[in-house]
Amino acid sequence: MDILTQQLINGLVLGSVYALVALGYTMVYGILELINFAHGEITMMGAMVALAVIGALVGAGVDLPGVVIALFGLLAAIPVCMALGFAIERVAYRPLRHAPRLAPLITAIGMSIVLQNVAMLIWGRQYISFPPILPQGRHQLLGATITDVQIAILCTSVILMAALVTLVKRTRLGRAMRATAQAPQIAGLMGVNVNTIISLTFVLGSALAAVAGFMVSAYYGLAHYYMGFMLGLKAFSAAVLGGIGNLAGAMLGGLLLGVIESLGAGYIGDLTGGFLGSHYQDVFAFFVLILVLVLRPSGLLGERVVERA
Amino acid sequence: MKSSRRLALAALVAAVGLIGCGQQDAGNTAGEGIVQIGSVAPLTGPQAHLGKDNDNGAQLAVDEINAAGLKLGGKPLRLQLVSEDDQADPRTATIIAQKLVDGGVAGVIGHLNSGATIPASKIYHDAGIPQISPSATAIAYTAQGFKTAFRVMTNDEQQGKALGQYAVAKLGAKQIAIIDDRTAYGQGLADEFEKAAKAAGAEIVAHEFTSDRSTDFLAILTSIKAKHPQLLFYGGMDAQAGPMAKQMQQLGLNVQLLGGDGVETAEFVKLAGTDAEGVVASSPGLPLASMPGGTAFKEKFTARYGQIQTYAPYAYDAVYVMVEAMRRADSAEPGNYLAELPKTDYQGVTGHIRFDAKGDVAGGSVTLYQAKSGTWQVLETVH
Repeated sequence: MDILTQQLINGLVLGSVYALVALGYTMVYGILELINFAHGEITMMGAMVALAVIGALVGAGVDLPGVVIALFGLLAAIPVCMALGFAIERVAYRPLRHAPRLAPLITAIGMSIVLQNVAMLIWGRQYISFPPILPQGRHQLLGATITDVQIAILCTSVILMAALVTLVKRTRLGRAMRATAQAPQIAGLMGVNVNTIISLTFVLGSALAAVAGFMVSAYYGLAHYYMGFMLGLKAFSAAVLGGIGNLAGAMLGGLLLGVIESLGAGYIGDLTGGFLGSHYQDVFAFFVLILVLVLRPSGLLGERVVERA
Repeated sequence: MKSSRRLALAALVAAVGLIGCGQQDAGNTAGEGIVQIGSVAPLTGPQAHLGKDNDNGAQLAVDEINAAGLKLGGKPLRLQLVSEDDQADPRTATIIAQKLVDGGVAGVIGHLNSGATIPASKIYHDAGIPQISPSATAIAYTAQGFKTAFRVMTNDEQQGKALGQYAVAKLGAKQIAIIDDRTAYGQGLADEFEKAAKAAGAEIVAHEFTSDRSTDFLAILTSIKAKHPQLLFYGGMDAQAGPMAKQMQQLGLNVQLLGGDGVETAEFVKLAGTDAEGVVASSPGLPLASMPGGTAFKEKFTARYGQIQTYAPYAYDAVYVMVEAMRRADSAEPGNYLAELPKTDYQGVTGHIRFDAKGDVAGGSVTLYQAKSGTWQVLETVH
């Protein structure tokens, strides 16, 4: 088995999930300059709803192929998360849009705690396990092992990211989003409904989060009301690493963070002769983040943002 | 719009006022014959399922004692369990400990995690409040020389030794890899295991680390796979061991997985699914079915709270041990009944409980289990 190839595969799969969640952070930041800290919890909600539906279907003995049951779960999670994203923006962020920047940041953290506790009340403190309904096939690739689920995660992420970039760069809606990001007041004067665009941004980001949450729970075989916290933190770091507000940056940052973590955990012990162990994997990842921010304060692909007039 | 906002504000003010009153009430009644006992465990976060389990075990004992109508100093004893959440976090644990001490609890059942129990024990010691942990197994907890620190569970030294000898002698492992979660519990157990396995003649080919919040172990498992061990020991909890067992299969790392009491839970089998098959894990004490009062306890507990996770019977016994000491001293004052705790000689659900000079349970045993078709089956008990 080729260790390096295996570590790269591990890292890329992990990174593509980070990237998908990071897109949600970066889209909202791009338009509102707001860090939506509740985004990690929306990912968690996606995983929980999907698992609840899948669990109910499996429990009821529905005789369908596992992949179809899983898709039903995903299809239930996406609209729930979209509605949640929409509602959070209406309740917690829109009333504070012209308030000092600290205020929406606090409501964001508040929303995140509320969502965690709501999930805890609905689904309890137990871990919820993903039923073994997905194909468990393993394949050999350049001397490393890759599973069906890993391939599915990589492909889905790439397709979704490509679709999002096309949407933002090529469609009328995307143009309206970019216009709102650049100058919301001017965009409004040009006939763009700024409120609708902002709502749509939240809804889109939440849909991506639902898919990411579903994939994480399928990948690790579990979901828990607390899972959104660490995932959100990592994805946020990925967005900052790539340059927050920049779509390509979020993807690059996510993939890079995944690979750095994987290589760090895999090699740091051997490279330092046991002086630093694999528990420094997060330290390693965040050290890279600090280094990048010192050298390029706006992130890898971030551009220097001119202060808004 | 404006009036609805004002209404909401009024409701908020009223709610805050009510909470304030509620707290005051608790403080007042505490003086009138009600004895408060703290119960601390992670009630939120990744180990909340285990924390709630402990809390339920303690609550069950408290309710039974209240129903039994025990008298102290001629007055009927009314126990009240003050449940607190330390989030399995050492810093939060000390804040909670101070809060309980300031609130005037007569004793503390907890905490759940060794990492949280150890820093908190200093605060209880300084305040002279007896503490019985149902589940902290790290050696350091009772090695501090605190006269207030007790536990009703076998410590990691005994457990790690049993596991290390079992891995080499019975499972025939010569090259062993270890992962621990860097908590006081996981690290302590892994270190004791490593010592015992080395002493029994095995070679430790890798020692990797993770955290008690991780779910991704592919990177360290890949690096372990390259070192070709015959056995992988995990020092940590079920929430990590479950996905770990799955990811081992995913990578084609087909070696025996061995764990401690954090792994020997119903949750692990559920999380790892078919990949749990064959995993061996230990638990301090006897299996629930072989405990003197195990079956009866299981019936009572499941009727009220559902499935037992792990430590609930220990939390239940810990409350009884504390109240027994109060009964002998005929007082719920910490200063009076603390002297009675070392003399404990109590036949509990989990076994016969006596304390040694350090506050550890004397003559503890360790039982090894193997996961077979979805449940843990007893392999053997080591004394």
